[in-house]
Amino acid sequence: MPRIGKRYGWIVAVLLLLAPAAASASGHEASAPGELDMRSYIFGHIGDAYEWHITTINGHHISIPLPCIVIDGGLHVFLSSLMEDHGYTCNENGKLVNAATGKRPVDLSITKNVCSLILSSILLVVLILLTARWYRRHDPMKEAPRGLAGLMEMLITMVTDDIIKEGVGKDYEKYAPYLLTAFFFIFLNNLLGIVPFFPGGANLTGNIAVTLFLAVCTFLAVNLFGNKHYYKDIFWPDVPTWLKVPLPLMPLIEIIGIFTKPFSLMVRLFANILAGHIMLLGVVAVIFVTAKLGPAINGSMSIIAVLFGVFMDILELLVAFIQAYVFTMLSSVFIGLSRQEPEHEHKQIETTK
Amino acid sequence: MSLITPDFGLLFWMTLIFAIVFFILARFGFPLITGMVKKRSDRIEKSLRDAEEAQKTLKQLAEEHKRMIEEARKEQARILNEAATAGDKIVQEAKEQAREQTAAMIEKAREEIRIEQETARREIAGEVATLSVEVAEKLIRGHLDSDQRQNALIDKLIEEARAAHKPVS
Repeated sequence: MPRIGKRYGWIVAVLLLLAPAAASASGHEASAPGELDMRSYIFGHIGDAYEWHITTINGHHISIPLPCIVIDGGLHVFLSSLMEDHGYTCNENGKLVNAATGKRPVDLSITKNVCSLILSSILLVVLILLTARWYRRHDPMKEAPRGLAGLMEMLITMVTDDIIKEGVGKDYEKYAPYLLTAFFFIFLNNLLGIVPFFPGGANLTGNIAVTLFLAVCTFLAVNLFGNKHYYKDIFWPDVPTWLKVPLPLMPLIEIIGIFTKPFSLMVRLFANILAGHIMLLGVVAVIFVTAKLGPAINGSMSIIAVLFGVFMDILELLVAFIQAYVFTMLSSVFIGLSRQEPEHEHKQIETTK
Repeated sequence: MSLITPDFGLLFWMTLIFAIVFFILARFGFPLITGMVKKRSDRIEKSLRDAEEAQKTLKQLAEEHKRMIEEARKEQARILNEAATAGDKIVQEAKEQAREQTAAMIEKAREEIRIEQETARREIAGEVATLSVEVAEKLIRGHLDSDQRQNALIDKLIEEARAAHKPVS
């Protein structure tokens, strides 16, 4: 027992050390010292930025400038720290605009989210290729992998057997690479989002553009490879005829359904991760909001905030996995539904005979 | 709100990067891993099935073995039994044959003895007759010096000859 207690104590100590790091990263857009601008604090963290802010020491911002790529009557590439020199500035939403005209150019900048996306993608590719390399180097008929390859194999086997095989059904191998890529992409970025400092901390899977893209991928996988039965069920479903002719009520509902399925995928992932980030930021903000109310209240609230923050962090770990799991599972189920063979019709015919 | 309007730049990079990641992983990563894992699990399943089959075969073999031993034992007993019977029979036959042969030999010997005896008796009878004639001659020569005696002798011989015609007991 004392040993376990010691271990928990160690974890708490580390998290206590990390909490201020996360917290100190908050103040970079504070309007006045000692005053917390809640809006810019929260949106500065969950939103995108043209530089990667690391920390602020004595009011001095330490951030990594990122390259801006702008197509505005020609290609312009410059570092975000030199934005003003190139005639661009940020509007009130934090988006890059032409300083002279105030219009938004075609903006392909490597923002904080894009940078995080690149880093996490490299990490993902390295992780999977290292695992694949283990299989190429060893004879998997003679030994089971350990360490990284063992962990990845466990996750891959779990996703393949429990999610993809169950959801897609026949010919699941064709979809396994996409679904596995989506699972690991979401899971890894969710986890990196929880890490409060560089290279984590970006709100990538809580960004609507990313979840939109993933949802579109699933939409394409479902609708491009749907079979005849799937499309018959949409345009001529097994319902009383007056529901289809003259007013195509059911087909209309089914067509809306095609779009609501990926839309729900997009919103679910986006909202869950975004909400998790906002909650964590809110819990940490309690420490700074109560700073004015005196050391006693501030101290006790800080302890509560840290304890609650630990709880939220652990919850977010769970959510990171669950959201990746749910996205993959629902994608598999949607794909499986689009490839279902019309079994029940045969049965009906058989029973009526 | 900028929060729910997808940013074009991020969407562009996301499309590009995800496509690259997907291509790399779908080409070099996942199929290899899942293929190997499947191969291994198939192999494990097959090994288990093989082991079960081998055990079954082993059990069958053991039973077969047992059955064969049992049969061999029975056969052995039968052969031994037969051999004992055959041996008895042979001994019996041999004894029978020996007895018959002995009896035949004894019979033959007896016959020979009888013939020998007959021959011996005949020879002896011949010899005795010759001797008797000689003795008689000598005696006769001594007794026939007078007529009287000669007549007496003739009478006597006749008398004897008469008696000799009767079989000797």
